Amino acid sequence: MAVAQSQAPVSRWQFILQELKPKGPLLTPFNVLAAFIIVGGLIITAIRFIYGLGAVTNLSQEYPWGLWIGFDVITGVAFAGGAYIITLCVYVLNVEKLQPIVRPAVLNGFLSYVFYAGALVFDLGRPWHIVNPIIGNKFGYNSVMFLVAWHFLLYMLAELLEFSPVIAEWLNAKKAKRILERLTLGTVIVGVTLSTLHQAGLGALFLFSKTKLHPLWYSEFIPVLFVVSSVFAGISMILLEGTISHKVFRDRIDPRYHATFEEIVFSLAKGAAVTMYVYLFLKFLVFVHGQHWEHLATKWGAWFLVEVIIFTLIPCALFTHGYRQERLDLVRIAAVMTLLGILLNRLNVSIIAFNWNLPVTYYPTVWEVWVSLMVVFAEILVFRWVVNRMPVFSASGH
Amino acid sequence: MNRRKFLTLAASATAVATAKAVGAVSFKRQEKEKEEFVGVLIDTTRCIGCRQCEIACAEVNQLPVPKPGEDEGLTRTRDTSPEQFTVVNAFNTEKGKVFVKKQCLHCWQPACAAACPSNAMEKTPQGPVIWHPDRCLGCRYCMLACPFNIPKFEYFSPNPRIRKCTMCFSRLEEGKIPACVAACPMDALQFGKKRELMEIARSRIYNNPDRYVRHIYGEYEAGGTGWLYLAGVPFEQLGFRTDLGTETFPDYTREFLYAVPLVDILLPSVLYGIWELTKQKGGK
Repeated sequence: MAVAQSQAPVSRWQFILQELKPKGPLLTPFNVLAAFIIVGGLIITAIRFIYGLGAVTNLSQEYPWGLWIGFDVITGVAFAGGAYIITLCVYVLNVEKLQPIVRPAVLNGFLSYVFYAGALVFDLGRPWHIVNPIIGNKFGYNSVMFLVAWHFLLYMLAELLEFSPVIAEWLNAKKAKRILERLTLGTVIVGVTLSTLHQAGLGALFLFSKTKLHPLWYSEFIPVLFVVSSVFAGISMILLEGTISHKVFRDRIDPRYHATFEEIVFSLAKGAAVTMYVYLFLKFLVFVHGQHWEHLATKWGAWFLVEVIIFTLIPCALFTHGYRQERLDLVRIAAVMTLLGILLNRLNVSIIAFNWNLPVTYYPTVWEVWVSLMVVFAEILVFRWVVNRMPVFSASGH
Repeated sequence: MNRRKFLTLAASATAVATAKAVGAVSFKRQEKEKEEFVGVLIDTTRCIGCRQCEIACAEVNQLPVPKPGEDEGLTRTRDTSPEQFTVVNAFNTEKGKVFVKKQCLHCWQPACAAACPSNAMEKTPQGPVIWHPDRCLGCRYCMLACPFNIPKFEYFSPNPRIRKCTMCFSRLEEGKIPACVAACPMDALQFGKKRELMEIARSRIYNNPDRYVRHIYGEYEAGGTGWLYLAGVPFEQLGFRTDLGTETFPDYTREFLYAVPLVDILLPSVLYGIWELTKQKGGK
């Protein structure tokens, strides 16, 4: 025991160095594609920082926010909502059956925040002042953006703490793991609170755009709609990620997880369906309350119905049918459709139905799409790196 | 007598101290009310479209100076830009051609300042809304928030700034009036405190009912603006948005912001309670 401990620091260091090396073949089609996207993306961001945002984006005085905010941050954060839902279920509500997916969910959530919210730096005009709302006397207390920034930052720390026992387990640091695990309940409670508020806060950012956003999407209840939709967005992302991980990381997954995999999928499907019913009901109330019937007959009305009927109501019905008939395929289709519906909703609010009353429109450039793809690929690569080394898909030792 | 004087003195000192401690807020508010916001009244019926204001603005702010004789600027509707803080546009109306100067309206409760996460947009106590380069992150939320689309961003600069009219804040500090007001040969622009400007505007409408529509743009729009407009035709015909409502823009987010500390405190307590309720014997 004593000998092992005295040797531990040296061997741990060597262990980390060993782990840093790539595992498996490097020249796979996926790796080549990822390298191509990331190198290209880095060149584009370099051009952006040398010549300004206008050099690579289609942003304008009328559209100050484009794809990098509308997709990377606003949609990405909704997709990352799974972490707070699953930690809430497992650690606060003590839902034991979801235990096997809590680690991948937290890892996915944490990395999404680091990469998607981190992509905000590309979009900031003066990113060297990014610390101003965090330190010093530049506190814009009355700003929703200030609040979102703080809740983002603190939630990233909370998620890192939630994931830290896995890192400790990987490094075989038993004592650290015990201490870090003791923090989990408190961190989760704080994390769920922070999530609720910044998911809502992203919606609240658009409360100012009353005169710019189409009335079918503008409502004083945007914050509530954003929180509720982040629940099923997060669940759908976990279903999609779980489906892919189940195939890709087959050998890394604990046998117990295999055994309960279907049961977990169907309870998640049920959870998604129920929150979608709530969301649709809220949408209906907001619609009736806003008295926007006359807009339904316009092209904006048709577009609104595409989002609400095809990409929310139908996947909701598919989830319901899927868990009742225990059909994995339906649940998977529903998850993908739901994610598309969330993407549509967030882009509608932030870009498509924004400035509906102006003649100008905004389409992202190829370069904006490219940089967004870079962010996605970078996240996947880091996710894979962590999963292949740390005990993400295996038992947590109790 | 000495004793009496001492007691009076002591009593009043205590009263002042208490008043300062307890009534700190009301004291401050009184102080604020002493300084009235300044603004400018723009009478579009007087404007002849000479664009001297544009030239003066460009010179003061070291921007490219427009050449009204050559650039045919009045033939199309222009917007302000990072290189042009004010523009004059011509509108064909039922009363013929009308010229309208456009610039920041310096709202009484500006959306841009409420949106800014780092107080880079500031409503100064004097009235002008100004931008602080040392605070701004470049998130452009002010641009999204502004109902008049006034803040403009330098998209082709590695060190971009938010650019807009400052009501010549530095000139005001020197005791001068805004450059555009000083340059106007027709007295179409008038600088002053809003209350005085409102009186001038109202008396013009009352004395010349045929010349003006009975609407002072900026009196209530978006909660009231520092710059006010008089016109001879309805403002819709002059490119103004008349659907902005009378609520101040910070009000749109106020309820949400009030809810935040409540949720931050209440939700963790509720969640902890739920955990206590659902936990199995032995803690896990």
